[in-house]
Amino acid sequence: MTAVAEGHETGSEVGRARARKEDARLVTGQTNWTDNITLPGMVHMAFVRSPHAHAKITRVDISAARAMPGVIAAFAGADFAGEQGSLPCAWPVTADIVIPDHPPMAVTEVRYPGEAVACVIARDRYTAADALEAIDVDYEPLPPVLDMRSALAGDSPKVHASTQGNRSFEWVFSNGDVDAAFRDAPVVIERNYVQQRLIPSAMEPRAVVCAPGGDDFTLWSATQIPHVLRVMLALVTGIPEQNLRVIAPDVGGGFGSKLQVTAEEVLTLLVARRLRRPVKWTESRSEGNQTVHHGRDQLQQIKIAAERDGRIRGLSVDLLADMGAYLMLVTPGIPLLGAFMYNSIYKMDAYSFRCTGVFTTKMPTDAYRGAGRPEATFGIERIMDELAAELDMDPLELRQRNWIAHEEFPYTTIAGLTYDSGNYEAATAKARQIFGYDDLRKEQMERRASGDKVQLGIGVSTFTEMCGLAPSRVLGQLSYAAGGWEHASVRMLPTGKVEVVTGSSAHGQGHETAWSQIVADALGVPFEDVRVLHGDTQVSPKGMDTYGSRSLVVGGTAVLSACAKVVQKARRVAAHMLEASENDIEFAAGRLQVRGDPEQARTIQEVALAAFAAHNLPEGFEPSLDSDATFDPDNFSFPHGTLLCNAAANTETGQVKIRSYVAVDDVGRVVNPVIVEGQVHGGIAQGIAQALYEEAVYDADGNLLTTTMADYLIPSAADLPTFVTDRTETPATTNPLGVKGVGEAGTIASTPAVVNAVVDALRPLGVRDVVMPCTPERVWRAVQEAQPPGGAAPQDPFGGAR
Amino acid sequence: MTHITLTVDSVTYADDVEPRLLLVHYLREVAGKTGTPIGCDTSNCGACTVLMDGVSVKSCSVLAVQADGSEITTIQGMANGQWHPLQQAFHDEHALQCGYCTPGMIMAAADLLRENPQPSEEEIREGLEGNLCRCTGYQNIVRAVQRAANAGAGAQAQTGGQA
Repeated sequence: MTAVAEGHETGSEVGRARARKEDARLVTGQTNWTDNITLPGMVHMAFVRSPHAHAKITRVDISAARAMPGVIAAFAGADFAGEQGSLPCAWPVTADIVIPDHPPMAVTEVRYPGEAVACVIARDRYTAADALEAIDVDYEPLPPVLDMRSALAGDSPKVHASTQGNRSFEWVFSNGDVDAAFRDAPVVIERNYVQQRLIPSAMEPRAVVCAPGGDDFTLWSATQIPHVLRVMLALVTGIPEQNLRVIAPDVGGGFGSKLQVTAEEVLTLLVARRLRRPVKWTESRSEGNQTVHHGRDQLQQIKIAAERDGRIRGLSVDLLADMGAYLMLVTPGIPLLGAFMYNSIYKMDAYSFRCTGVFTTKMPTDAYRGAGRPEATFGIERIMDELAAELDMDPLELRQRNWIAHEEFPYTTIAGLTYDSGNYEAATAKARQIFGYDDLRKEQMERRASGDKVQLGIGVSTFTEMCGLAPSRVLGQLSYAAGGWEHASVRMLPTGKVEVVTGSSAHGQGHETAWSQIVADALGVPFEDVRVLHGDTQVSPKGMDTYGSRSLVVGGTAVLSACAKVVQKARRVAAHMLEASENDIEFAAGRLQVRGDPEQARTIQEVALAAFAAHNLPEGFEPSLDSDATFDPDNFSFPHGTLLCNAAANTETGQVKIRSYVAVDDVGRVVNPVIVEGQVHGGIAQGIAQALYEEAVYDADGNLLTTTMADYLIPSAADLPTFVTDRTETPATTNPLGVKGVGEAGTIASTPAVVNAVVDALRPLGVRDVVMPCTPERVWRAVQEAQPPGGAAPQDPFGGAR
Repeated sequence: MTHITLTVDSVTYADDVEPRLLLVHYLREVAGKTGTPIGCDTSNCGACTVLMDGVSVKSCSVLAVQADGSEITTIQGMANGQWHPLQQAFHDEHALQCGYCTPGMIMAAADLLRENPQPSEEEIREGLEGNLCRCTGYQNIVRAVQRAANAGAGAQAQTGGQA
């Protein structure tokens, strides 16, 4: 707790429910989305995309398209073969990982439906769309590779002919004596769970604009990562980094899907260079559903060993993770972010983890909100409920018997992470009370006894997650190519106003508001006087961008550190102005005063003006208060919480309705409770969406069936319940703000609470799993196919889903 | 080319357009009203919702020629010296995060309140079913619409005020 107060003046802004600064442009339609950008002479690009999951390209004829009125150019992959490079994978997780070449535009072979094969550039988007029809591509179909288990068989067709098989890597972790934990264990439970493939579906489709100017290029993209993108574009294309400026203007959501270096970004840049004029590309939603990277898609085999009293002895996890056709920016690292999380909040003697990355002829997977951690949380929380059922124990009681007690922090887990802080007892007690847990259990028993066709289920998810990515040294140990620091600059303007430059790149999170609150307190200036700049490599030259619930924990701390340096400089100038010793200057609420003499004081604004004028500064003082800071965290951040879901399942129709949903999150100290609540709401919604609604479906030929929002069911307001959210506050001890990440917490925690509720409702009928999404049909089938308790287990280990 | 004349946010426009031109593309690329975004192209997400003669339409599913002679209100025409009660309520209730769905959500909510000035929570959820948001989980959107209703947004629409 002492770390929280150090270096930080107490003020009134942090913790305040400020309405957001960002909203003024967003509610009035003055937003600067990438697709809004129009430049003189700008032309529009569109792509011909593969209709096949897997095929050889035998001929591409662009001549007819090229001859159409209004068409400026048309290109096939071969036209860029010498300069398009290979899309980068920055996370080679093992020494022998197979990373196939990934041309932005396919040249000889396509390996997933939607892969770009050719492009046209025309005067307007309608002409470009027309011209696509005139491009003739001949394919020689090859067998699709769709099922991970058969993909690993020796006789499987290969996604990449040049590789030995469809295995990309195998990554293992083990700690403790796993064999001993399972040997003679009184209870061993093994389950197979399917993490279905999801489509992230940010509301803003991707868009890219690139403007050449001499040797320089400015590229606007709907991206989460302008800084990373600039580095990667330089590496992929060979254009010197100093000649590239990347701008993420207003970005309409990302959820990990815009944490990518995309084929379209590279090609827009290359086409703009080739044509020497500004080029715009904006995707349609069906293009996006096919070719924005997907999320999840894992088969989980989980085994838990326990004593009869519920104490966990050991846990073993074996994953197959679908990479899709290629490894994109952090594709292979995603399941590994879950590797350290299966043990969750629980103590145990031994743990082993194995993940096999598998190539298929599908869109590559990569980060989607939670990225590895929702899968892990689902696995452990589902099997904890199964263990509770086996032991005939209340699922909350089982968790309590195993979780790390609040007095045991800091606690080093079996997965090797050191959790700095937490209070699972407090969050659970609060959730249980708000939820009315005991009363709902009574109602559940009554319905069971009466044989009601609508059965009630209570789903539990007690979770933690590792976020705030990340300590650079740990990322290095995990073979990640970059660091996890964040940068900030704080500039005192002559008029006493403040400009803050942050390297994190918001796309809905509310940085402009939250950072202003931090700065207002740290410098003692009005909230309104702070302006936050971000998302442009020319304005904000250093940054690691926004993902992994890292912005506040890492970027916010950098802002706070830069403010502390400003105050340090201001102290020196004030001492000079007041003819006092620097050690006698006290700073509070924006005033620098001589200790014990309140009359002898200058405001920080007065000091800023004096530094600007520079007429009379201390000897050797560089005339500026402006300061930079780069913060590299020592540890991850470990938010936690308890989610309780009450669902009604109609055993005759399979319909599931969430009756109540309570989430008590502990994200440490809170800068803005309104923003935190919004993040939790949205996160829970996406978790519920995985549990009940969403699934990317490929047919037997490898065609994606869910190419529109009519087929891929994003829940609407009518599909979701009202959430009751509350918080406990256990400050992080690893950063001076005491904050923990919140962006992904809801999504990480919420899916198993829902599925646990569904299974809990149906368990007396013999149901012990329903494959996600738990649609009415799947629930109904699960009821029909259920064995009475004590009967034989289902034959297909993955419930017939694959 | 077809000649159309229409009013967008109280300004009259006359243009020759291709019959296939979508209203949303007309608004964004001909009239320069980029406040109305495109989310899905298939009328599922509602991000492009505008009012056509006071009634909400998804402008990705209306041809510009169909809007000939009509009066279009977009998000950019909602404020009248001060923010519309819905704009204010969305801000006050933190009913937006990335803000991409917000223009459509506000326009759909305006039409909802015109028809039903004091909707229940369920009526709001059902009424906004055609507008998708990926950020908020809808809870604060529901609160915002309730707040705007209490501030008289529906009554304002019914008496012929803007939107």
